Amino acid sequence: MKLTGAEIFIECLKREGVKTVFALPGGVVLKIFDTLHQQKDVEVILTRHEQGAGHMAEGYAKATGKAGVCLVTSGPGMTNVITALADAYMDSVPMVCFSGQVPTSLIGNDAFQEADNIGLSRPCTKYNFLVKDVNDLAATIKEAFYIATTGRPGPVLVDIPKDVSMAKAEFTYPNSVSIRGYNPTYEGNKWQIKQAAEAIMKAKKPILYVGGGVIFSSASQELLELAEMTQIPVDMTLMGLGAFPGEHPLSLGMLGMHGTYQANMAMHYSDLVIAIGARFDDRVTGKVSEFCPYAKVIHVDIDPTSIRKNINVDIPIVGDCKTVLREFNQILRATVNGEQKELRKPWWDQIQEWQQAHPLTYHQEKDGPIKPQQVVKRLYELTRDRDPIVSTDVGQHQMWAAQYFKLAKPNRWLTSGGLGTMGFGFPAAMGAQAAFRDRLVLCIAGDGSIQMNMQEMATAVVSKLPVKIIILNNGFHGMVRQWQDLFYEGRYASSDLGTTPDFVKLAEAYGAVGLRVKKVGDLDAVLKEAMATDKPVIVDVPTYPYENCYPMIPAGGCNHEMLLEDPPELKKKQAGAGKVTPEDKDTVLTA
Amino acid sequence: MEHIISVTVENKFGVLSRVAGLFSGRGFNIESLSVAPTLDPSMSQMTIVTSGDERIIEQIVKQLNKLIDVIKVVDLNETEFVSRETAIIKVHTKDADRAEALRIVDIFRANVIDSTPSTYTIEVSGDPKKIEAIINLLQPLGIKDLVRTGRVAVAREPARPVAVQTKKVARD
Repeated sequence: MKLTGAEIFIECLKREGVKTVFALPGGVVLKIFDTLHQQKDVEVILTRHEQGAGHMAEGYAKATGKAGVCLVTSGPGMTNVITALADAYMDSVPMVCFSGQVPTSLIGNDAFQEADNIGLSRPCTKYNFLVKDVNDLAATIKEAFYIATTGRPGPVLVDIPKDVSMAKAEFTYPNSVSIRGYNPTYEGNKWQIKQAAEAIMKAKKPILYVGGGVIFSSASQELLELAEMTQIPVDMTLMGLGAFPGEHPLSLGMLGMHGTYQANMAMHYSDLVIAIGARFDDRVTGKVSEFCPYAKVIHVDIDPTSIRKNINVDIPIVGDCKTVLREFNQILRATVNGEQKELRKPWWDQIQEWQQAHPLTYHQEKDGPIKPQQVVKRLYELTRDRDPIVSTDVGQHQMWAAQYFKLAKPNRWLTSGGLGTMGFGFPAAMGAQAAFRDRLVLCIAGDGSIQMNMQEMATAVVSKLPVKIIILNNGFHGMVRQWQDLFYEGRYASSDLGTTPDFVKLAEAYGAVGLRVKKVGDLDAVLKEAMATDKPVIVDVPTYPYENCYPMIPAGGCNHEMLLEDPPELKKKQAGAGKVTPEDKDTVLTA
Repeated sequence: MEHIISVTVENKFGVLSRVAGLFSGRGFNIESLSVAPTLDPSMSQMTIVTSGDERIIEQIVKQLNKLIDVIKVVDLNETEFVSRETAIIKVHTKDADRAEALRIVDIFRANVIDSTPSTYTIEVSGDPKKIEAIINLLQPLGIKDLVRTGRVAVAREPARPVAVQTKKVARD
């Protein structure tokens, strides 16, 4: 029996196990939406903006480990989803985006809502397809999912012209895919693995530097075994948070620009860096020429281009993190002799000294303005038993969340690392909530970021996605203000938001619940109330506006030269400036 | 340093833009690029002349390999290779210059492939130095048009004695 392109599309999604599609209709995809409307297997979540659809697919993918799927129309639908594609490409998120296209006969004619979808998405997708013949549609979709989810995962775009979705073809879904130019390497080179294992045994001050690759290859268990067996401390990248339990005694927390003191010092002074599924991003290395001056480097990554891109590597291993870690463990199990704790003692003594010298710190006065760190810390303590999924936007609040919200398990952390996309957090949280309707999903946001995809609150309410948004509301683009304070003599060029909307009323306007924390003493009660609500909630927390995020390695600085607190001249200035109290904030908001 | 990279790709629409986009997006250099189908019409062969230090060339090779439509990448500088380029040069020739033009054509083993009362169109093949040299000599006559193909290159077969090769086959 022949099926239309639209029916083939849905059959393919079913075969790929897709339950949810984040979508927004338009002229050229109407046939697909009409067909989706008449079936029950695939749920359509109608978003209010295509960027939201893209980020929801990302959040879904990060939380489930499966490919997220979104569907947008041609022209503006496509251009709107580009940010999400670029974000997914940078952070290796498996995702398949379907875009509508004008009928094949009109392509290139500047037709209504036409855009060169393939050209637009080429630099920000792992691969993209234009389907010109309905007979190719099923095989193309199979290849799209295969490419998105294998090797180093990434976004794939399938562009479907209107006539292709209407035309009919025999439906056969291929069982397997073979692409001669695409054969990811999963098995690491045995000899290199042996070399690496020997280096690990010999090292006196080794450190594990783990990234998002560990999460995408589900290698947390193997990582835990390696670390415990060898007693090697673990640094996590922003994308790697959750790959290793944050409260584990071997965890040093996040490293990099706003990483912990001990994580960065241990990295700098180590004699062996074991990088696993991480890519030596500039936010991690700081000044490349002085990065880890005493260390040999082992780099395990499935993407050969990540290796030796930014820094020189002594033992490169191209392969899947899980497979390679298993091999490490197998070799080391035979060699480790139970004296690892003793062997590592001098190194751990040193690390503990660093830990004690400069732990993460902030000062919360009992009746003073609310400190953002306090909010994240209490949120963590109040919710950790419920094993929540946490998303963030981008900026100061993201770094505080990374520092204070300690994740025990992988696939709980949704954040935009590589591209640094403000507006990512809320839709990503909704994507995760759509995958896990019963779980607690939190979105830690800033008052700047949340306004970038606020419209999705309508989606959250209609589609019953009870995400809990906690806005650390400081009235600024906080990270920009921090840089301006430190490097631009405190001139707040376009970082002062002037006025922010009344988020409580805004939530209510959408039919969600709005709560506000007026003083620090109310924090716990309001957070608890929010967690007990079964609707989407915004918790607006006016925080001290001039709080800065430390430690901080200034861009291009060295990893062991961190700023640990406000420089004296800045402190003086802030003492002089009229502190904005939550009450002031209230009058601003309601004025 | 200059490198010649030979890239076998799928013969599909859009592949050239993926390769070109990779070079422009990552700030790599393309000095010349030529592309044509191979014996197997489903594949095309690209010859890319680029330059950069060791690390950049390594990245170029890896990034090309990462492209899904790329089937094989060879950095020809790692082996011995032969390369050629063809130029077609249209030269103004006044009566007095026509004999001189033909002498130059002769010296470089070039061919005159078209002529009019006032021009010669000359075809010449060789390595880039040879092309530069003939251009320099023809320039005083007045070059009206110049087109170059960019280089194509192929690795040389190892020049082993026949006996050794037979042995190898036997061992295999």
